[in-house]
Amino acid sequence: MSDLNTQAVARYKNNFLREVEERVEEGNMVKMCMQCGVCAGSCPFGPHWQHSPQKIFMMIRAGKREELLTSDSMWMCTSCYNCIVRCPRKLPITHIIHGLANYAHRLKLVPKGQPTRDVTKLFWDNLMKVGRINELTFSLALYFKDGLVQGIKNSLAMQSAGLGLLKAGRLNPMEIFGGHKCKEQSGIHRMIAKAREIEDGRRGLLA
Amino acid sequence: MADNKFAAYICSGCGIGDTLDIAGLEKIATREGKMALVKSHPFLCNAEGVQLIKDDIEKEAVTHICVAACSRRAKTEAFNFPTVSMSRANLREGVLWVVAEGAEHDEVRQEMAEDYIRMGCAEVKKMSLPQGNAKRDQTQNKTILVVGGGMSGMTAALASAEAGYEVALVEKTAALGGFAGKLWKRVPFSSPYADPQATGVAEMAAKISANGRIKVHLNTTVAETGGAPGRFKVKLAQESGVVNDMTVGAIIQASGFTPYDMAKLPELGAGQANVVDQAGLEAMACAANGGAIKRADGKEVKSVVFVQCAGQRDETGTHLAYCSGHCCATSIKQAMYFKDANPEVDTVVVYDDLRVPGMGEDFYRSAQKKGVVFTKGKASKVTGGDSCKVEFTDLILDEPTSVDADLVVLATGQVANAGVNLDAWTEVNTAAEGGNEEAKQKRSEMKTISVLNLDYRQGPDVPQFKYGFADSHFICFPYETRRTGIYAAGPMRRPMDMLQATEDATGAAMKAIQAVENAAQGRAAHPRAGDLSYPIVRLEGCTQCKRCTVECPFGAIDEDEKRFPVFNEERCRRCGTCMGACPVRVISFENYSCDTVGMQVKAVNVPDEDEEKPRILILACENDAYPALDMAGVQRLTYSAYVRAIPVRCLGSVNTIWITDALNQGFDGVMMMGCKKGDDYQCHFVKGSEMAYYRLSKIGDTLTQLGLEPERVVTEEVAITDNARVAKLINDYAAQLNDLGLSPMKGFG
Amino acid sequence: MAKKQYAFYPGCSSQKGASAANYIASFGVMCDKLGIQLNEVPDWNCCGASIGYGEGGELPRMVLNARNLAIAEKELPGQDIVSGCPACWLGLREAVDRLHEHPQMKTDTNEALKEVNLTYQGTSNAKARHMTEVLIEDIGYEAMKAAVVKPLDGVKIAGYVGCQANRPYGIAGESFENPLYLDRMIEAVGAEAVPYEQKVACCGGALAFSEPEKSQNLIRQIVESAYDNGADMIATPCPLCQANVEIYQAEINKKHGTKLAMPVLYYSQLLSVAFGGSIKEAGLNGQLLRAEQLEKIAGK
Repeated sequence: MSDLNTQAVARYKNNFLREVEERVEEGNMVKMCMQCGVCAGSCPFGPHWQHSPQKIFMMIRAGKREELLTSDSMWMCTSCYNCIVRCPRKLPITHIIHGLANYAHRLKLVPKGQPTRDVTKLFWDNLMKVGRINELTFSLALYFKDGLVQGIKNSLAMQSAGLGLLKAGRLNPMEIFGGHKCKEQSGIHRMIAKAREIEDGRRGLLA
Repeated sequence: MADNKFAAYICSGCGIGDTLDIAGLEKIATREGKMALVKSHPFLCNAEGVQLIKDDIEKEAVTHICVAACSRRAKTEAFNFPTVSMSRANLREGVLWVVAEGAEHDEVRQEMAEDYIRMGCAEVKKMSLPQGNAKRDQTQNKTILVVGGGMSGMTAALASAEAGYEVALVEKTAALGGFAGKLWKRVPFSSPYADPQATGVAEMAAKISANGRIKVHLNTTVAETGGAPGRFKVKLAQESGVVNDMTVGAIIQASGFTPYDMAKLPELGAGQANVVDQAGLEAMACAANGGAIKRADGKEVKSVVFVQCAGQRDETGTHLAYCSGHCCATSIKQAMYFKDANPEVDTVVVYDDLRVPGMGEDFYRSAQKKGVVFTKGKASKVTGGDSCKVEFTDLILDEPTSVDADLVVLATGQVANAGVNLDAWTEVNTAAEGGNEEAKQKRSEMKTISVLNLDYRQGPDVPQFKYGFADSHFICFPYETRRTGIYAAGPMRRPMDMLQATEDATGAAMKAIQAVENAAQGRAAHPRAGDLSYPIVRLEGCTQCKRCTVECPFGAIDEDEKRFPVFNEERCRRCGTCMGACPVRVISFENYSCDTVGMQVKAVNVPDEDEEKPRILILACENDAYPALDMAGVQRLTYSAYVRAIPVRCLGSVNTIWITDALNQGFDGVMMMGCKKGDDYQCHFVKGSEMAYYRLSKIGDTLTQLGLEPERVVTEEVAITDNARVAKLINDYAAQLNDLGLSPMKGFG
Repeated sequence: MAKKQYAFYPGCSSQKGASAANYIASFGVMCDKLGIQLNEVPDWNCCGASIGYGEGGELPRMVLNARNLAIAEKELPGQDIVSGCPACWLGLREAVDRLHEHPQMKTDTNEALKEVNLTYQGTSNAKARHMTEVLIEDIGYEAMKAAVVKPLDGVKIAGYVGCQANRPYGIAGESFENPLYLDRMIEAVGAEAVPYEQKVACCGGALAFSEPEKSQNLIRQIVESAYDNGADMIATPCPLCQANVEIYQAEINKKHGTKLAMPVLYYSQLLSVAFGGSIKEAGLNGQLLRAEQLEKIAGK
């Protein structure tokens, strides 16, 4: 729970659809779903979703806010875009799912340890450092995200692959010291901070 | 009248002459067919060939011709000689194209062609030139009576009047408009299909009043209808009791629908405050006049739930079993009434399957854009009152849930105003005629809902099909009822929306116009449009068995006091079902009779047993099965050369004498091919194929008496697209007969 | 003949020493033989990839891509911006689309770009494109065929188009369910394109990190389908597909006792070998699972 969440509940009362329309990427398209279920049948991770995209759209209309935002369904999206190209109503489903995930994350409603949420955060943090992804530090951060012991286990498990990549010239150990980076790092930081400020303002998310 | 003179013309074109011995065929036509003139031509359907025949008709006084060329369905414009009787021997599609190629088949192929020549000659000898309905001077009335002043009736009246016909428009209430007149707006029927549109009822009514060809009879019902196309006698009863007689040429019944009685839905809140049906909501919207919709207690509606399929698509047998088609779009429209007046009103549509035919998907999307919420669910309980509640199962989330609202609207569906159910009527009427007083009482009660009050022997209204809707030929002739000259339009023939009803009405108007024109010329309506033949009965042989009157699918035959049949030729569709039914064979047409077919059967040369050449008679319906046989030929699909096919107008016209004659003569099997029967029938005469099956079910005993296996007579349902199947059916049957062995009747015929 | 000029956005994985270093290595010979000049966008930044959504949000990701577009627009005016990575391409192309369609989004984006002294104009006709689009639309299959000096005779290749090279944009004129362009490129270099069911299936994408079991199930299906249909190797236009499908085969073998060892190449490596590139020039030395058939042809 967070202040942002309390504020959202107070602001939208039971109108979850309106909340999604105003605050979630492409949320205004949710109402156009006609419940055919093609998205659910097209998802490569289909069986793993607690609530399929089809059900998610229904839950939004049915006001099942808490149940949806605290679930890990949106975090099952592999961004394959199958649902988007097949949707007869042309809903940008992938974007809506991304948007819902982002929103749940912003409101601090995502279950602790949700692995995809952790990966997306690590990824973003990594790219924010120098403006580009450092694959070595990103991988290491991934392996060690659940603590040192698990990290060593993870590293060992993928050791042969790591060594293979190293040998193949596709993983550079020197990257640990910084490696590729953008020149204009501080400008990028300011730019992103500004973008977030504008977006939060538009979505009423400024605390 | 001059003496009959017979001629045969054999075409050797299209490869016929390359494969068949034309000289041999000429010899058959002369010696066995007894044709006075026999000529062959290498290209009979070209101008020169046609001229050859015309010259003979003119100069040689030929009165009957047999054209032995392609199928009777081909080259109909070239071989069109209206002053003579004509038969067609099908050498191309029936022989050349279906018998396997190669010299080893030459003999059976030639035999097949020779038989078709014999058959063509035999047939034409029994034909005479149809003269048309002799009573046509009495069938010249072209006024079109439209019963019902709603959207369908008004459209039909305007369409008929604009085409130049006088119209009598009868409406039982005090104003035109019908159900459409009670609507605030209608579902859009023009681009962009995004918003409700004005109904246009007032404009239509004004147009009707201004049209000099349309006479409107308000507060009027039809007290009695008798007669036939071109001469219907109608009694129009005014509310005041005044009755006016009038004669009309054709009738369009546009008696509309009644919303399913929501009182039958107590579990969905019927009778409780703030639960209404769609008609009720329309009244509220009309009262609001574009402003906020208010409940009966005056409170402004801030939230509304629409319950779809209320008392519809019911599988328990309690309520309507069917989908009424319009109600999803109607609820969408009504939800927009609220959203357009105030976007803040919560509108929820609880649906099972949202069905929006036509351009309805655009309308549906428009509603979603306006914020109407659609929830896939099945309502189980509605509670009315100040705060209504709809309990339903969410079919996506698969859980019971509920929604509160100020108002609940039930989408209850359409019940046809088609008049009296004739099946029930017949039962009651028979008992009443037998003197049962209770039945007499019941019969008078039943009559109160009659729309047309026909004085036909078969009952007071048009026959119904499923669920009380008027029967019509769904595939081929949608506006046809089973009463010639009476056409159904709008939701009395099937559930439909307003746009479909107006299309229906236009179609029905066209059919009514055709009916009066055909009647005036003494010709048949479709599917034998233009046929001038009509049933002729030799009453001196009639046994008053009533089979013809009962079996006629179109109610064309009444009975006189002595129970003799009285034919109303204008009601007749020329299917010949009466002819097939008649046990004493006293009914015939000039160009189609027990003899025209019977003599063809007799003309076939059935080889002796030792030749081991079986013969299979096919009686094929000319509407579907015979074209399918032709198409098999066009596709060069081969079938047994032992087959002899005769087209019939309808399987219903098949008289069992043809079958027994064929078997007596030594035919090894008889195969009948007709249209699909039953609930989803495709028979062009509705009941013909069904009658054939029924009669055939009784022929088994006769066969056994003859010492024949019942398998020697089979009936198949064949659709016009069944060209490949039809060849296979024949070959399979030929193989089956081969296993059975040759008929023991050979040599006795 | 003058070379065709393109602004080039390599993306993070295609940097030297990164996971798609073999991919970028093979661009040299390919572009050279086909007359393509790639001009790297100066000081480009990460596109945010699809996986950036969780933390990133909509506008920050938009702005990341807009910065790259703005630099390209300024420094390499009029040139289409090309990437070899479908995720990078998608990020750029989505940004171009949305910035054109939503004036508010463009205003907001330019507001943020002020922090780096840039403005995205979006007034030229420069498009965001994937490298395969350049090859197919600007060069053409016939020209690719004409540049072949060592046809890949007898090599059976399962073209693995995957997700983001195919959806939501894909190559113009191709179907989402069965795009044929990769097969046609495979055939252009003399190899045999093997039909199989998993051509546009998902490898799990970035969820290979977070949901390894589920993703590896998908990867296993892809590789096994390629085997079942007689493929010698897989070829793809996507660095993440390449990495996932190649790297995790050993993992899958360990867990399930399978013996998967299907080389996974880039289309550009096939072209490079066919155009006469050496093992190194084609990046074949960068494979975890070596493509011996190709190495043999390249070594001739």
